[in-house]
Amino acid sequence: MSTLEVVTAGPLTSVQDAGRFGAQRYGLTPSGAMDRLSLAAANALVEHPLSAPAVEIGPLKTVFIARGGPLCVALTGALRFAHTGDDPCPLYRTFTLRDGDTLTLDAARKGVFSYLAVAGELKGEAMFGSFSVNARAGLGSPYPRPLQNGDMLTFETTPAAIPDRIMTPPVFGEGAIRVVAGPQYDEFGASTDVFFNSPWQISPTSDRMGYRLEGPALTHAGHFNIVSDGTVDGSIQVAGNGQPIVLMKDRGTTGGYPKIATIISADFGRFAQTRPRHTLRFAEIGVAAAQQEARAFHALLQSLPARIRNA
Amino acid sequence: MDADSNRRVFALDRTLKNTPIEGIVETVPTYRSLLVHYDPLTLGFSELSDRLLALLDQPGSAGNLSRHWRVPVFYDGLDLDDVAKAHDMSPDELIQRHSTPRYDVAMIGFTPGFSYLRGLDPAIATPRRAQPRIATPAGTISIGGAQAALQCLAGPSGWHLLGRTPVRTFHPQRDPVFLIEPGDTVTFERIDAAAFDRLERLAERGETVAELIS
Repeated sequence: MSTLEVVTAGPLTSVQDAGRFGAQRYGLTPSGAMDRLSLAAANALVEHPLSAPAVEIGPLKTVFIARGGPLCVALTGALRFAHTGDDPCPLYRTFTLRDGDTLTLDAARKGVFSYLAVAGELKGEAMFGSFSVNARAGLGSPYPRPLQNGDMLTFETTPAAIPDRIMTPPVFGEGAIRVVAGPQYDEFGASTDVFFNSPWQISPTSDRMGYRLEGPALTHAGHFNIVSDGTVDGSIQVAGNGQPIVLMKDRGTTGGYPKIATIISADFGRFAQTRPRHTLRFAEIGVAAAQQEARAFHALLQSLPARIRNA
Repeated sequence: MDADSNRRVFALDRTLKNTPIEGIVETVPTYRSLLVHYDPLTLGFSELSDRLLALLDQPGSAGNLSRHWRVPVFYDGLDLDDVAKAHDMSPDELIQRHSTPRYDVAMIGFTPGFSYLRGLDPAIATPRRAQPRIATPAGTISIGGAQAALQCLAGPSGWHLLGRTPVRTFHPQRDPVFLIEPGDTVTFERIDAAAFDRLERLAERGETVAELIS
């Protein structure tokens, strides 16, 4: 048994897995990793199931200490400098923290979220089949909230050593974020052209609930208050001020604003990793094409273990 | 937000529960639409659409499975007096009118256990507040526009606060975790401060506190 102590946790750092499903009808949102691909990559490296819980680490400097024995870990996701003392730690490659080692992740330079997977079994209790933190609902394990300084993550059945394994990082895709038409798409009229032809910036006030987009104001044929209906990950709703908000993993399960589009599941993680102030564009594709991309994304997830070789 | 559309949503939801379609992950009934979450690796969009549309034309499942709850409320809300004044009535009359109807739980959403209720007495319908509150207490009982709400968790709200219930529609350490189903019905019962304190202590320990009438 070994422990990972949180010395410095920035905001947006929490335990996440693939999320909890089945209770959205009661208002409980799935939560789960913002970037499924990077979560799966970290898990594959330490030979965990692809959707196992790991530490989702926000973009600011974050520090951990290993306590009570070696921890074999893998770090994926955002591009950033990680080190134990003066020794750099690799991304997409396993490494070992000895008892007392300090692991420091400097602020992310590209991307937002990192994933730290630790070989062994995270001690905690799944709720609706998930460890994912949903602070508003008071759910998540071992802490029902984002990680704070001094928190202890305990791992059981930790191996003393694991092979030095390297993964060819999966290609993330580039270009416009692809969307399908949203449930109230038709009511936006000419504003749909504005939406697709304009560059958008992600607001710094974004979080796991929603990413605010800054750009031209969109107009809507009807009222900006619709009869509330259900939401999905990547729903792009437009509030009364004409500014879109993309609903992320901690979204409300229902919403009363019209939704112009939905980010396809295959591009959701790439969008989630887009930094505030970064400019991006949206491109529309059909539902059949989006489902083809979903199948390709699933195949990419499943191929991750095969992208690993022993060093 | 007519009752008919809402009932059709629940009818389709029940049909899908009774005769599941492989590939559907979960459903979210709302006022006038049913959100169907499905796995595109198992089920294509057009096949699912066809099957759902075919089910829509079927008569609804026999029998109404909804339950009727009596929910105690301590009417100490910050907006009780203002809302009463706005309708030219006494707070007692407002409370009387609020606690008389049998409300339909039209939808549960936004946050865990937040129940949107249909059936508010039109005489006390009140436009939402111009300035939403950043924080409202757990168990808040409120009205906004023509709707009433039973809120579980503390959180922001732009609705008018009439009181609080000790009932927790969502309690992670209780079995059942969620008390009320979309489609159930609710009647409020006025209680005093002492009863509220007593029931709230029981609710924290995991008792349901709400009474199942039928």
